[in-house]
Amino acid sequence: MQFWIVQTLNSLALGGLLFLLAAGFSLIFGLMRIANLTHGSLFMLGAYIGVSILKFVPNLWLAALLGGVAVAAFGGLLERLILRRLAGNVLGQVLVTLGVAYIIADLCLMVWGGDPIPVPTPELLRQPIVIGGVAFPSYRLVVVGIAIITAIALYLLMERTRLGAMIRAGVDDMQMARAVGIPVSRLFTIVFCLGSALAGAGGIIGGPILSAYPGLDFDMLPLALIVVILGGVGSLLGAFVGSFIIGAIYTFGTALLPGLAYVILFLPMIFVIAFRPRGLFGKVTT
Amino acid sequence: MATEALALAGINALYADSHVLHDVSFSFNAGRVLALLGRNGAGKTTCMSTIIGFLPPRDGEIRLFGEPIGRLMPETISRKGVGFVPQGRRIFPTLTVRENLTVARQSRGGAAKPWTLDRVCELFPGLKGRLQQPAGSLSGGEQQMLAIGRALMGNPRLLLMDEPSEGLAPRIVAEMRRTIARLKQEGQSIVLVEQNIKLALDLADDVVMLNTGRVAFAGSVDEVRGNEALITQHLGVF
Repeated sequence: MQFWIVQTLNSLALGGLLFLLAAGFSLIFGLMRIANLTHGSLFMLGAYIGVSILKFVPNLWLAALLGGVAVAAFGGLLERLILRRLAGNVLGQVLVTLGVAYIIADLCLMVWGGDPIPVPTPELLRQPIVIGGVAFPSYRLVVVGIAIITAIALYLLMERTRLGAMIRAGVDDMQMARAVGIPVSRLFTIVFCLGSALAGAGGIIGGPILSAYPGLDFDMLPLALIVVILGGVGSLLGAFVGSFIIGAIYTFGTALLPGLAYVILFLPMIFVIAFRPRGLFGKVTT
Repeated sequence: MATEALALAGINALYADSHVLHDVSFSFNAGRVLALLGRNGAGKTTCMSTIIGFLPPRDGEIRLFGEPIGRLMPETISRKGVGFVPQGRRIFPTLTVRENLTVARQSRGGAAKPWTLDRVCELFPGLKGRLQQPAGSLSGGEQQMLAIGRALMGNPRLLLMDEPSEGLAPRIVAEMRRTIARLKQEGQSIVLVEQNIKLALDLADDVVMLNTGRVAFAGSVDEVRGNEALITQHLGVF
């Protein structure tokens, strides 16, 4: 019983982290039509920056906030200085974002070294919560809570504000959004910074579970890609549902059928691409 | 002296290697309705795309109330005061009717009676009860009203309307005619692209006819009305 509860909680925690990563990825892809292959690197960069911040400020939440802001600034520069010039050039975007991902990986290796760096769990959350004789790792519960709160905040931003409506208008029909005066170019930067901030903060928040290590970027990127393909490009609900589905498939797949974990993970993606290319909640865009 | 709302001078526009507009020049004054007519493929929609900034001209100049706009991005052109009702409506289907209108809201100093959500709903009462509905679920006629309302929310100095009666039932077309007539009465400058020649000539003050991407005629509506030879030659109707 304990096995199932722990694995369920692990899958929910991974789902929560994936949501922090995939929500921004999905919005960036939905609005800007950029498959940002540096997104996993922004997650890893956030984890490493968090490690450094924690040396001076021993507070994980503050480190997540500051790290998120730092990664958002990096993402904003990346979008303004490089990606903006590649509008409509899909191959160029793929090559450049992949290249930047490798550059970030090398720089991280140079600065933080090649050994995994554990990120300490906040002291208050180190003890499990015991309910009915079953121990629940409290930090993982908090991660799930953060993902849910982030999802609600993003939902309110996207569905209840004019800025959110403008972003959705851009996802629906970017050319017409421009023609009605929506400053799409500014929205690009805002969305890119927001997505980067979520990825960066997610990297630090995920630190106590995953650590910061070389290769974290390309471990997370395929998972985010699958989430977005499964959930539907540009759909926040899709990113949320997709994250928890993939979190569960990956966690239980690895635990029960370790030899087939990737088969179990990628097979649904192949079916989705073949039979429902817009994903579970994706919109048909013009 | 009358103010020139829009002036195109020597516009050439291309889709890749396909040269669509050839040295197109015309202008019209503020507060008037210009009907831009021509057969299918004559270049009317391309002309609209060039004015709104979707297809920047290769050369030539476009002026909005004397200000050059030919090299600007669509969002900047919109903010300069060009409202656009595109062919096929192109409302934002996943947004509610209210959101479609509010995302397009722009204030413009000097507008005597600015367009607001309430005023658009007064112009199109059919939209009032549907503000919370996803725009994609509206009927074709309602979507057309929404597309016009959305353009008006930007308080445009110039309104571009590309085939507003296309695919609509006669009753809705009649309503559309009344709406455009009312906008004209309120002094709105309008460029109207229409396949419905009768509707266009009823509403227009000035007419420009395009034929294979070139201006074949530019003059007043009175010169066109009753001139069946001209209409047959360039529009192939009647």
